Amino acid sequence: MPEQLAFALEVTANGLMAGVLYALVALGFVLIYKASGIFNYAQGVMALFAALTLAGIMDGQVPFSHLINAIFGTDVHYFGWNVPAFLAILLTMVVMIALAYAVQRLVFRHLVGQEPIILFMATIGLAYFLEGVGDLMWGSDIKSMDVGLPQGINGWIDNTTFELFGYGFFIDNLDIVASIIAALLVIGLVIYAQYTKQGRAMRAVADDHQAALSVGVSLNFIWILVWSLAGFVALVAGIMWGTKSGVQFSLSLIALKALPVLMLGGFTSIPGAIVGGLIIGVGEKLFEFLIGAPFLGGATENWFAYMLALIFLVFRPQGLFGEKIIERV
Amino acid sequence: MKDQADGYVTADGRQIGPVVMEMKNITLRFGGVEAIKDISFDVREGEIRAIIGPNGAGKSSMLNVISGFYVPQEGEVWYKGARRAPMKPFQVAQQGIARTFQNIALFEGMTVLDNVMTGRLTHMKTGLFAQSIWKGKAEAEETANRAVAERIIDFLEIQAIRKTPVSRLSYGLKKRVELARALAAEPSILLLDEPMAGMNVEEKEDMSRFILDVNDEFGTTIVLIEHDMGVVMDLSDRVVVMDYGKKIGDGTPHDVRNNQAVIDAYLGVAHDA
Repeated sequence: MPEQLAFALEVTANGLMAGVLYALVALGFVLIYKASGIFNYAQGVMALFAALTLAGIMDGQVPFSHLINAIFGTDVHYFGWNVPAFLAILLTMVVMIALAYAVQRLVFRHLVGQEPIILFMATIGLAYFLEGVGDLMWGSDIKSMDVGLPQGINGWIDNTTFELFGYGFFIDNLDIVASIIAALLVIGLVIYAQYTKQGRAMRAVADDHQAALSVGVSLNFIWILVWSLAGFVALVAGIMWGTKSGVQFSLSLIALKALPVLMLGGFTSIPGAIVGGLIIGVGEKLFEFLIGAPFLGGATENWFAYMLALIFLVFRPQGLFGEKIIERV
Repeated sequence: MKDQADGYVTADGRQIGPVVMEMKNITLRFGGVEAIKDISFDVREGEIRAIIGPNGAGKSSMLNVISGFYVPQEGEVWYKGARRAPMKPFQVAQQGIARTFQNIALFEGMTVLDNVMTGRLTHMKTGLFAQSIWKGKAEAEETANRAVAERIIDFLEIQAIRKTPVSRLSYGLKKRVELARALAAEPSILLLDEPMAGMNVEEKEDMSRFILDVNDEFGTTIVLIEHDMGVVMDLSDRVVVMDYGKKIGDGTPHDVRNNQAVIDAYLGVAHDA
């Protein structure tokens, strides 16, 4: 097998892994959008916030320490303990649920029935607010995250591919774990939505608010539930990104890649978010490898996804899996 | 008609129970417009109670007050012997008052069966955690709820379209599915907002039959709004007549038909009936 082809295969595999992370962020968008029609610009920041909180709790950092020190003239930064990963993840989830409750109670409850653009603007505000709160709570320095996920080159794949192609693939263990977790998460969400009382109520709300009310579903409860689920997905995405490249504020920018993913997959489709994420992930890596680097001077990964989304907008605006837009005359 | 607290038997042998819901001096305003002006009436267990009136009389507003979509500025709603605090529509539904809508509010993305199953939501009691891990009572409960849903689907003769997405159904069938979903809640009061609006004659006959059958078979108390005078007179035990937000008549179809105010407002003047 020619080396170029083996190389392309490796790039594809790595693209798939990157795509999984895009898909995870996109999934959070879809959950909220389906249930409430809110396009949550803050989803990326939620992932950042979750990762910051998790890293902070694990390190035993005192939240708002700068603020406390500035006001009271103290000098506290750390509690002096380390919280085990499992417990810290649980605590972070509690924080994300509290956030979901606060967001619904303080912001969106008062905006029910408003224009989508107003809801969208509110989420932009929320994004910057959350970024600020994250900074204030945990500080702006880059944190490393280690919740015990395996990292580094997968030796088995390296050896096997070397025997097959005479060329060892570099696949990170973390990416493999991330893919498995993402797959489990999606399966879990689908089962939850399909077979549980809350899942049914969620789908009901996503479909028709009025009808959902008439069968006894509380919209407020479902919206809090959905924001909590989105918070959970954000936490998972935050852990993956954070472990891979450190918990830093650029995380919220990466989340913007979820936009082209949604345009590809459709804003209302969970499978769409997954497939869209994988296509963008593989697409940008392969494009860079085959066309970008040799002909265009590289760095095409920055814009390829948006270009692809633009093409989709022109020819298939509802995305691959989105609900068809049919105008009846 | 004898006004007995425990109910009575009508001339044609129908068993009517005690008062289950009472509206007392309800007034509903939208800005300066009074949609409902000081209306009182009661609903008895097991009866079919119709609210009729010309366009814009406030019939739908009345139904929306009962189902919690509108909160009246004045007046009280009494339900099962207690004054009802102002509540949200979903709380009203949880109290056992189910409804259908004039413009059909179904879950278009779901199948008929799934739609009917959402009607069972108020009967699903197992907690979030047990449901999430699909253990314990959850499974037995799902089976029981499913059985009720299937029984209602059979009853309304929509077995053939159980797995069809609702968006593909005809208007008449959608109305029937919506009725099925409301019935699945096993409501103590069923509110029907123009169940026969926009239907052809055959569909109307089907729907009338189903409404009577539901009332017979399940003993469901039914409050319905209808335009079609003929249908109402045949179906209902008692009729409230509204015009311009006011109550102008209340009684058996026979009483109402001979009420001069009703004839003027609805039958005689507005239409060439």
